[in-house]
Amino acid sequence: MKPFAFERPASVMDAAIAAAVPGASIIAGGTNLLDLMKLQVETPSRLIDINRLALDRIEPTPEGGLRIGTLVRNSDIAADIRVRQHYGVLSRALLAGASAQVRNKATTGGNLLQRTRCYYFYDISKPCNKRRPGSGCAAIGGFNRIHAILGTSQSCIATHPSDMAVAMRVLDAVVETIKPDGSKRAIAIAGFHRLPGSTPQVETVLERGETIIAVRLPPPLPGVHIYRKVRDRASFAFALVSVAAVIQMAGGRIQSARLAFGGLAHKPWRVPAAEQTLEGEAPSPAVFQAAADAVLAGAKGFGSNDFKIPLTRRTLHAVMAQATHS
Amino acid sequence: MEMNSPIGTTPLDRARDGIVGKPLDRVDGRLKVTGGAKYAYEVAQAPEALYGYVVQATIGKGRITAIDKTAAEAAPGVVLVLTHENAPEQARNRRAHPVLNSPDIAYYGQPVALVVARSFEEARAGAYLVRVSYEEASGSYTLKGGLGQARVPSAGYSSPESAVGDFAGVFPKAPVKLDVTYTTPLETHAMMEPHATLAVWDGDSLTLHTSNQMLDQGRAAVARTLRMPVGKVRLISRFIGGGFGAKLSVQADAILAAIAARHLHHPVKVALTREQIFNVTTHRSDTIQRLRLGTDETGRILAIGHDAYSGNLRTESQFEAAADQTRTLYAGANRLTRNRLVPLDAPIASAMRAPGEAVGLLALECAMDELAYRLDIDPIELRIRNEPAEDPEKHIPFSSRHLVECYRAGAERFGWNKRQPRPGQVRQDQWLIGIGMAAATRGNVLVPSSASVRMGPDGIAIVKMAMTDIGTGSYTILTQIASELLGVPPDRVRMELGDTAYPEAAGSGGSFGAASSGSALYVACERLRAVFADRAGLDTDKAEFRDGMIVLGGKAVVLASLVGASGIEVRGEIRPGDMSRKYSQQSYGAQFAEVAVDGDTGEVRLRRMLGVFTAGRILNEKTARSQAIGGMVFGVGAALEEAVVLDPRFGAYYVNHNLADYLVPVHADLPHVDAVFLPELDDRTNPLKAKGVGELGICGAGAAVANAIYNACGARIRDFPITLDKVMSALPAQA
Ligand SMILES: Cc1cc2nc3c(=O)[nH]c(=O)nc-3n(C[C@H](O)[C@H](O)[C@H](O)COP(=O)(O)OP(=O)(O)OC[C@H]3O[C@@H](n4cnc5c(N)ncnc54)[C@H](O)[C@@H]3O)c2cc1C
Ligand code: SF4
Repeated sequence: MKPFAFERPASVMDAAIAAAVPGASIIAGGTNLLDLMKLQVETPSRLIDINRLALDRIEPTPEGGLRIGTLVRNSDIAADIRVRQHYGVLSRALLAGASAQVRNKATTGGNLLQRTRCYYFYDISKPCNKRRPGSGCAAIGGFNRIHAILGTSQSCIATHPSDMAVAMRVLDAVVETIKPDGSKRAIAIAGFHRLPGSTPQVETVLERGETIIAVRLPPPLPGVHIYRKVRDRASFAFALVSVAAVIQMAGGRIQSARLAFGGLAHKPWRVPAAEQTLEGEAPSPAVFQAAADAVLAGAKGFGSNDFKIPLTRRTLHAVMAQATHS
Repeated sequence: MEMNSPIGTTPLDRARDGIVGKPLDRVDGRLKVTGGAKYAYEVAQAPEALYGYVVQATIGKGRITAIDKTAAEAAPGVVLVLTHENAPEQARNRRAHPVLNSPDIAYYGQPVALVVARSFEEARAGAYLVRVSYEEASGSYTLKGGLGQARVPSAGYSSPESAVGDFAGVFPKAPVKLDVTYTTPLETHAMMEPHATLAVWDGDSLTLHTSNQMLDQGRAAVARTLRMPVGKVRLISRFIGGGFGAKLSVQADAILAAIAARHLHHPVKVALTREQIFNVTTHRSDTIQRLRLGTDETGRILAIGHDAYSGNLRTESQFEAAADQTRTLYAGANRLTRNRLVPLDAPIASAMRAPGEAVGLLALECAMDELAYRLDIDPIELRIRNEPAEDPEKHIPFSSRHLVECYRAGAERFGWNKRQPRPGQVRQDQWLIGIGMAAATRGNVLVPSSASVRMGPDGIAIVKMAMTDIGTGSYTILTQIASELLGVPPDRVRMELGDTAYPEAAGSGGSFGAASSGSALYVACERLRAVFADRAGLDTDKAEFRDGMIVLGGKAVVLASLVGASGIEVRGEIRPGDMSRKYSQQSYGAQFAEVAVDGDTGEVRLRRMLGVFTAGRILNEKTARSQAIGGMVFGVGAALEEAVVLDPRFGAYYVNHNLADYLVPVHADLPHVDAVFLPELDDRTNPLKAKGVGELGICGAGAAVANAIYNACGARIRDFPITLDKVMSALPAQA
């Protein structure tokens, strides 16, 4: 760990200003950042500790949704009675993630901004365009069991590892931020994370110093809320494939279907065409297959992650069968 | 005492309600849960120790052409950068390896420098500043790629091959033939406490507080490596947070700490990080195993063949003896077992919990299951039909063998009769349910060990030996033995272990620790009893020892009154003898598992597991059960999760070298795991009539899980671990 300065700004505005200084990094729960610092994957020269700011509440919004402060711990979101009643998919996604100890520390903003778990990204002796732009991508042609099959580029095939973000994507959450100049903006989660393209080191649309204050959930979505996470052990493992689904039935037909996928891409993956394929249809294996075809359009495996293509198909089928009792 | 004949009736047999065998809580438990137990890295030292951090090679093979340490030396807190240019010359030997002794890079991750600083953080920051330039050479990194170079290794723990009868002639003609190849991956020990050492020099004497399973052997290795007299080296290891074989030999942490401390005339401590452990220390080799079983129509084995390939650094000779258990487990007149070693440019492979059997039984016991389905015979019945009456290769009797009893008791408790003989018959929601079983066997050995026992006028018995407790419960079972034999309560026994200043002892390895060190203690206590009886004027064979007294007829004498002002001290020693040559000695068991396979995704979830074992006298019901369960958990990991993945583009580079990516079972993977020991006494093994427990639980456990997966869904995966992608590809389309 390299020596670094440590500061505790008195307001979010101060935090954003401090975070804009080159080499500065915000620290929230620290569950991701500290690990990366120990390995010198990240080497901030200043840490901006926001833990004492009053950003730790979950409040109702005038539109009938919820506003989750960035410092609300993952375990507190998952346990909140309003979240459990009206946003089951979010509560389930959070509880499927990490371990109780990590969830007790992990924050909303930190979870959205956690870095990829790509093995090579974590080892500074290996080429990695995300860590060292231009050095190459060791995962392509290497071991890539956990890597992306959609939205990849020649520069990077990493996934975004979050479970929470996948549920937020299916709920169409909005990320609220503040910039160093004091202006605020609301970013739809759909546009929050970026695909790797030729600049995999740029993971979100956040600007320098721009700090997350909260995440807003729109009014609750009716229907069955499912979060299905497929992983290599029963707990404490990242998703190989995950599906967040909110499905509403009417008269034996699928009235509305919202589906977001984790473990497949550099961001939570959502395909409107797949949802349209399902809507208005009576549930059947053929309909589920058609939806899977739409989700997997353009999917490409890289060797050790080829299995994710059939796995996504089968998991989607299972989730739809569960949601529609078919 | 040399174990040359059966021991006969002993005081442990006569004790009616004795403490040996009771589930006594760990005597060191309170210290451990309150932080009072100090591990090597935590031992306080004045002056305060400096911290060393290892720098590793990042090429697969080649040579260092230059090391630039200017930036590291100038970094805050750094006091020394040790490289092959300023490290002292060292001698090669089997139990330790010279470090920083040459510019040659033999394998990826080999230590190339040690940075010493005032704090761990400064040492680590300094380590990142060391710039090493290399000249790369090409190497051979994968077992599969190197198969062409496989050779017959020299004998080590076991002999490389065995042959009885005419396997080559009989197998091809057998009415039923199975010829299958199984592969098991490279595994890491993943014990909780990393390798760590604090080195302190006093003149020309060296004390190492180090996490090591085999202290006396380690001391000799350190002395040889550093070219010092053995008498000048002391190893202390009071508490060890697990080893599983990783700490059988002396690792780089110890050698580097010793060298740096001598160089700086200041105590130095070195711990390896989890990432470093994967390459700097040892691992279990991956294996490729071919099993050939030829039987008659009733399932009786006519020919049995096991070829096992493993790899190791090309200068090493140790092989994974995966074919070994096939020499004793089943009957059959024509037999062939061969262990082969593939020389590689990879980190050193060595023993990991149940070396040989742990992976050998994955292959053998799955192959037996395949055979059972092929013949349509119940897997237990098939095994019973092939139960040998004597050691099928050495033609000597077994010291004790109650394997069939284990099968029967296990079947009864587990509900084996509910098994569906055809796979894929039981469905609950999306889950396919199946059960499977496998045999467990692990060789039993006795190794030389000694102990001293002293009683002072305060009546407290003080036991000393250089034995280790690697979390297994040595402190506790040894306390029980002394307490029973001397007739003093456990809190009047002081157990002093983990120091080479004490009598030489077995150490912890190969499941021999408890029986060997306990037997030495037994012999010492017997001697002390004789002295007491003599001084009390009572007959040793008839007298009873209880409540701190020696008692016979109406006479009771307080032991403390017999020791005089200075107390009495005796020594005891045990050595293996004829019994190990005349009898084939193994612990046994039967493993049962129930799994659920997700019919959509191929995810496998263990539902319950039972192991029924026999291992001679059980010294402590609770610690033995914990060992067995811990072993079974290892088996579950081997079956489902554990695999070090190699990326040969960079050498023998282990991609998932941390515990976030190298998965071991977590609680949620282990819903209900139970272990039971059937009563057994084996008077040919050692005076305690005990056999090894520590590695038995892993044996066969993974095969039982794999066989349950087949029973659940019909997927026979011969490439371990059985991950969901492999199972999924064998599942039918979704309806
Ligand atoms: C062993 C382990 C297992 C895990 N398993 C899972 C899993 O299964 N599923 C899963 O989803 N996650 C998992 N995680 C990841 C975990 O969810 C994240 O580490 C956690 O959510 C990060 O939150 P934090 O508050 O600790 O972030 P920090 O580590 O403090 O920060 C992470 C990043 O976010 C930035 N940041 C934080 N807050 C703000 C803000 N308000 N504004 C701007 N930038 C900010 C920091 O600068 C940093 O770059 C696991 C983590 C570990 C260590
Ligand atoms: S996949 Fe992305 S993160 Fe991983 S090595 Fe390639 S560039 Fe780096």
